[in-house]
Amino acid sequence: MTALTDLTIAQLTSALSKKETSAVEVAEAHLAKLDEHRALNAFITETPDKAREMAKASDARRASGEAGLLEGVPLAIKDLFCNEGVQTTAASNILKGFVPQYESTVTANLWKSGAVMVGKTNLDEFAMGSSNMTSHFGGVENPWKRRGDNRKLVPGGSSGGSAAAVAAHMVPGSTGTDTGGSIRQPAAFCGIVGLKPTYGRCSRWGVVAFASSLDQPGPFARTVEDTALLLQAMSGHDPKDSTSAPLPVPDFAAATRNPDIRGMKVGIPKEYRVDGTSEEIVDLWSKGMEMLKAAGAEPVEVSLPHTKYALPAYYIVAPAECSSNLARYDGVRFGLRVPGKDLTELYENTRGAGFGKETRRRILIGTYVLSAGYYDAYYKKAQQIRALIARDFKQAFEKCDVLLTPTAPTAAFAAGERMDDPVTMYLNDMFTIPASMAGLPGISVPAGLDKDGLPLGLQLIGRAFDEETLLRAAAALEKAAAFVSRPAGY
Amino acid sequence: MSLDKETVARIARLARLKVPEEELAPLAGELSGIFAWIEQLNEVDTNNVEPMSSVSDVTLPMRADKVTDGGIAAKVLANAPGGAVFLDPSDKNAGGFFTVPKVVE
Repeated sequence: MTALTDLTIAQLTSALSKKETSAVEVAEAHLAKLDEHRALNAFITETPDKAREMAKASDARRASGEAGLLEGVPLAIKDLFCNEGVQTTAASNILKGFVPQYESTVTANLWKSGAVMVGKTNLDEFAMGSSNMTSHFGGVENPWKRRGDNRKLVPGGSSGGSAAAVAAHMVPGSTGTDTGGSIRQPAAFCGIVGLKPTYGRCSRWGVVAFASSLDQPGPFARTVEDTALLLQAMSGHDPKDSTSAPLPVPDFAAATRNPDIRGMKVGIPKEYRVDGTSEEIVDLWSKGMEMLKAAGAEPVEVSLPHTKYALPAYYIVAPAECSSNLARYDGVRFGLRVPGKDLTELYENTRGAGFGKETRRRILIGTYVLSAGYYDAYYKKAQQIRALIARDFKQAFEKCDVLLTPTAPTAAFAAGERMDDPVTMYLNDMFTIPASMAGLPGISVPAGLDKDGLPLGLQLIGRAFDEETLLRAAAALEKAAAFVSRPAGY
Repeated sequence: MSLDKETVARIARLARLKVPEEELAPLAGELSGIFAWIEQLNEVDTNNVEPMSSVSDVTLPMRADKVTDGGIAAKVLANAPGGAVFLDPSDKNAGGFFTVPKVVE
């Protein structure tokens, strides 16, 4: 029999419904993997007692004839979601000792559908980073390694722990958040599927805020169908988030079964052919298009003229919102407090000691671009460019149903590589940020290995609130790419 | 756009962020690099372009101006870093205070 930790979410719920196993057994098998692979540093907080208790309750529900969509499925939660009674850190020293007294809407939805929580995963501090190197709790190790090279690689970021945990079979699925690529890029680096829903699809209530006009929770899993199942459970209108869309939640998983993409128009944005992208990724991108074509889709060349400006505009909008959001960490109501001779010094000492280097850098950028005399030159300009980027996508979607692009310009890199200059690190998100700026859904699907044996992902971008078409295309790509590799030793 | 040490010190002060003196110069260099890269936005003609503040075209919903929760002072104060002071220690939900250093002499 296949090990419980090798089953997908769909397989697990099927085995559980046929009473071939129990939620308690499934939880124990995955908790053993958390033990085995603790060296990856994928988790900040493990919650084995909670997992056992929730699994027991799940078995009881199933015995009484009630079973939710994710009944008995163990999940890992990015440590940016507040969980009642469980330490939540955002990977920052400034939230030291913080224990939320409430549950985020997205995780509450997951528990309502029967899922079991095994722990809180590591991330870049406040979700700011593309490598997981900015975590106060140390970096996460990617379970993948280059062939014949023992150096540790980064899992991507910011949801690096969530991606590594799924790739290492510690859990079949996890949650992440995506502001500029923080789900899609780590999914590509770890050889799994990661979906950023349309802005407004999943509630942001109870998720530690980074850049509120961009942040969006979403799922990671090893298959497109599992990702759809998680999205289904996470989604839904929430009156507590005023930007949450009052729309019904479709049967996302149904869109992934026997995906028919005949006649679907797949846009290839010519501006995504940029210098600095590895040749293997450009090749994989063409192969991906060929695969979709063989399945009946029609390629269409489209133009998104403002693509190259998305990244610099993002580095105004995101830090501006970050500096405003992070103003709440003042050492008064929760988290770290470092005393000072007066209240101002208490603020300055607390924030100086509590925030790491990258977070401080972004707060300073944000404060500067919002300061008197600079607002129009930076923030307003960036918002205007954002409008142009959104218009580009709108025009492109008049000619196609989804867009196909690479997810990231390279495969996973080693810890320490590309850390010398912040802009070089920012460039990692060049393919994911434009869709974030326009609030569109995007998914990364593992589509091949590079010459070093590392996974590479392709990104599909969809129309707002049309995750069904996006998932259908993703399922077709997954089927054609038939990516079955897994990291050696996991 | 090049930022000097003094400007970094000024924005750090605005952000209530203590930055050690020796970090000011390297930060000024890094931030200048980032702003030089951001300069390319000036190539784009944005005359008559309406700034986009939100991607959702949903109008913000209104609700009745009514109190919808309350009586949870114990939860509100549970994470107070300086320790909380409760009006009635035997009923923490009756109300209480965060504590801060003396503000007014």
